[in-house]
Amino acid sequence: MTSVTDAPGTPLPFSRSRSGRTIVGRAIGWLRINLFASISSTIVTLLLLFVLAKAAAGLVQWAFWNAVWSVPGSDTSACRAVHGLGACWAVIPEKLRFILFGTYPFDQQWRPALAMLAFMALFYVSSRRKWWRKELVLVWAAALTLIGLLMWGGIFGMPFVSQDRWGGLPVTLILATFGLALGFPLGIVVALGRRSKLPAIRSLSVLYVELIRGVPLISLLFMASVMFPLFMPDGVNVDKLLRAQVAFVLFAGAYLAEVIRGGLQAVPRGQHDAADALGLSYWKKNGLIILPQAIRHVIPPLVNTFIAFFKDTSLVLIIGIFDLLTTAKTAIIDPAWQSFSVEVYLFVALIYFAFCFAMSRYSARLETQDGPKAR
Amino acid sequence: MTTSNPAPPPPRRIRISLKDRQFAGLFWQIVVVGITVAIVAWLWSNTVHNLSVRRISTGFAFLGREAGMPIADTWFPYSPKDPYLRAFVVGLANTLRVAVIGIVLATILGTIIGVARLSSNWLLSRLAAVYVEVLRDIPLLLQLLFWYVLMQGLPAARAAWKPIEGVFLSNRGLILPSVPIEAGQLWVIGAAVIGLIAFHVVRKQLTARQLLDGRPRRIWPYALALVIGLPMLTSLALGVSWTITKPELRGFNFVGGLTLAPEYFALLIALVTYTSAFIAEIVRSGIQSVHRGQWDAAMALGLRRGFVLQHIVMPQALRVIIPPMTSQYLNLTKNSSLAVAVGYQDIVSIANTTLNQTGQAIEAIAIIMLVFLTISLGISLFMNWYNARIALVER
Repeated sequence: MTSVTDAPGTPLPFSRSRSGRTIVGRAIGWLRINLFASISSTIVTLLLLFVLAKAAAGLVQWAFWNAVWSVPGSDTSACRAVHGLGACWAVIPEKLRFILFGTYPFDQQWRPALAMLAFMALFYVSSRRKWWRKELVLVWAAALTLIGLLMWGGIFGMPFVSQDRWGGLPVTLILATFGLALGFPLGIVVALGRRSKLPAIRSLSVLYVELIRGVPLISLLFMASVMFPLFMPDGVNVDKLLRAQVAFVLFAGAYLAEVIRGGLQAVPRGQHDAADALGLSYWKKNGLIILPQAIRHVIPPLVNTFIAFFKDTSLVLIIGIFDLLTTAKTAIIDPAWQSFSVEVYLFVALIYFAFCFAMSRYSARLETQDGPKAR
Repeated sequence: MTTSNPAPPPPRRIRISLKDRQFAGLFWQIVVVGITVAIVAWLWSNTVHNLSVRRISTGFAFLGREAGMPIADTWFPYSPKDPYLRAFVVGLANTLRVAVIGIVLATILGTIIGVARLSSNWLLSRLAAVYVEVLRDIPLLLQLLFWYVLMQGLPAARAAWKPIEGVFLSNRGLILPSVPIEAGQLWVIGAAVIGLIAFHVVRKQLTARQLLDGRPRRIWPYALALVIGLPMLTSLALGVSWTITKPELRGFNFVGGLTLAPEYFALLIALVTYTSAFIAEIVRSGIQSVHRGQWDAAMALGLRRGFVLQHIVMPQALRVIIPPMTSQYLNLTKNSSLAVAVGYQDIVSIANTTLNQTGQAIEAIAIIMLVFLTISLGISLFMNWYNARIALVER
C-alpha cells in the first residue's frame, strides 16, 4: 500500500489558514483563500460556477420541475408528453416491488424483505469493533441460516419458493455475502499456501490466484453457466444461482488471498520466531499469532475489496440471473414503461451507491482511527 | 528454529512421523497434490464423457470452419463467410481497440481529476472529490447500460447534433472526419516514428554533453528537423495527398468519415470515466506521498507551482503511482469484456457466440484465458520496464 503522509483531503501547502475576526470577515477570508486566491483561481471558480449553475438548472428542470410523479393506473401518456424534458418518476413506485424482489411470489414478499433486514443487522453487528470476537462466526452462521429459511421456506407454514423465483436486491446481497463469507476462509488458506515453504503447495496457490485474477470475471461466470454442467457426472444438476455462487466464491478467494498476503508480509519476522520458540504448531502459530495481526493490518483494503466485489455481483446480468440490476433492466421491457430506463437506472444506481458509499466511509474511518499509526 | 545455535545441526534422517517437520511437509504436499489431481482427473473424465455423449469433438479444428457470425463494428475486412479464426482475430482487435484507447484517455482524465482534487481552489477540489466518489461507488455494468441508453436516446441521423463542423453525434454513434490510410500515409507515419526515435537519441547525447561542461544546448532545431521535417519530406517526396473526408448525410445514414458505433462509444465512455476515478485517487495519493519539504524547497527557489508539480513532484510521485496504475490498466482491459452486455463484439463476446454455435466450451474458454493472460503479461512487462526506468537512481 502507498504510504500517505498527509491525511486525505489536506490541501497542499498553499492555502494559508489565516482567519478574520468576525463571521463575515472570516467568511470573506475563507472565500479569498479558497476560491479567489489568484487570478487563475478566480477564473476557474467563475467558470465552474457558470457550468454548475447551468447544469443544476437543467437538472432541476428535468428531475423536479417537469417531472411526473404519479400516473393513474398504467396510463403513461402524461409521461410521454414530457419525455425528454422531464423525468417520469412514476415508473419507480409502479415497478418498485419487481425491482426489489423480482418474481418472488407477490403475497410472500415480506420474506425477502425480512431477509434484507437480517442482512442489514448482520452488516451492522459485524462493523462494530466491540463485537469482533469468535462468537461473531456463530452469529454469521445463525443469520445466514435464518436468511436461507426465510427465502426457501417450506416450514412454519411458509410455502416453499425455489431459487429460480428469487430476484432483486436479496439475490445481490446473497451473492455478495455468501461469496465473501465462503471466499474469506479460502483466501486465508491460499494466502498461507502462497507463503508456505512447501514448493508444491506454494505453486498450486500461485497458479490458482494468477489464473483467476488473470481472466475477466465474465469468463468465470460463462464457465459456471456453460462448462459446469460438463464437469458434473450424469444426472447431477446444479442450480444456476448456486453455480454462479461457486464462481463468486472462487473469484473472491483469489482476490482476498492477495490482500491477506499483503497483511501477512507486514507481520514482523520476530513474531514467527517467537511463536516457533514457544513450540506452537503451524496452525496454532498462524491462527493465534500471525493471522490476527495480519488481518488487522489490511482491514481498509479488505473493505475496498468488499466494495469491488459487491459491485461485481451485477455481472450476473450477463448470464441471466435475476439480481438487482437484472430486475431493473427487465422491469423496463414492459412496453408501457420502455422509454423510462434512465429513471430506473438512476434509482438502482442510488441503491448501489448507498451500500458502497457506506462501506467506503467506514473504511476511511477505520483508516484514520484504527490504522497502524493510531496504535 | 534455533537461530542462535552456534554449531550447524548434524545431518539427520527423516523419521516416519507427523511430528517430524520434514516428513510432515512432504506428507502434506503429497496429500494436497493428490487431492487436487484427483479432483481435476474426476472433472476431466466427466467432461470427456459428457462431450462424447453430446458428440462434440475436442480440439481446435473448428477454427477453420465457416463462422457464419456477423460482426457489425470492425476496422478489419470481415464477412460471415470467414472462418472462426478470423472472427477471433477481429474480436481481439476490437478488445485491443477499446482497451488501448481507453487506457490512454483514462490516464489523461484521471491525472487531471487527481491534480484537481488537490487544487487550492475549494470548488474545484470538491467537484473532483464528488466525481471520484460517485463513479467509484456505482457498478461499471450499470454505468455502461446507462451510457448506452443515453446513446440510444440521441436524435436520429437526420437530426444529428453537430457540435463542430464535420462531427456528428446521433443514435448511430459519433461520426468524425477522417483521413483514408493508404500505403503513402503508412510511409509517412513510419518516417515520423523513425524521426521520434532519432530525436530521442540526439536529445540524450545533448543532455550528456551538457552535464559534462554545463553549457546549455539548443534542442528545438533537432526536434523541428527530425520530428516534423522528416515526415514532411517523405510526404512531399512520395506525393501523398492528405485530403480529409468529411462525413455526409445521405438518406438515413452517413457516408465517409470515421464512425464510432454507439456500442463502442458507450463502452469507451464507461470504461474511461470509471477507471479515471480510480486513477485520480492513485495520482492524488502519489502526489501526497511526496514529502512536503520538496514543495517548500522548490517554492523557496521561486519556482512556479505548475513547474514544481511537473518537474519536481511528479517525477518522485511516479514511483508510487506506477505499480497500482498497472493493476488499473489490467482492470480496464478485463472490464472491456463487459462489452457483451451492449452487444459490442469483443473477444469474449465472439468466444461466447462461438461456444453457443459449436458447443466447443473448453476451447472457447481456453482462448479467452490465453488472450487475457497474454495481455496481462504484456502490460505487466511494459509497466515493469517503465517502473525500472523511472526508479530512484541512488548516487
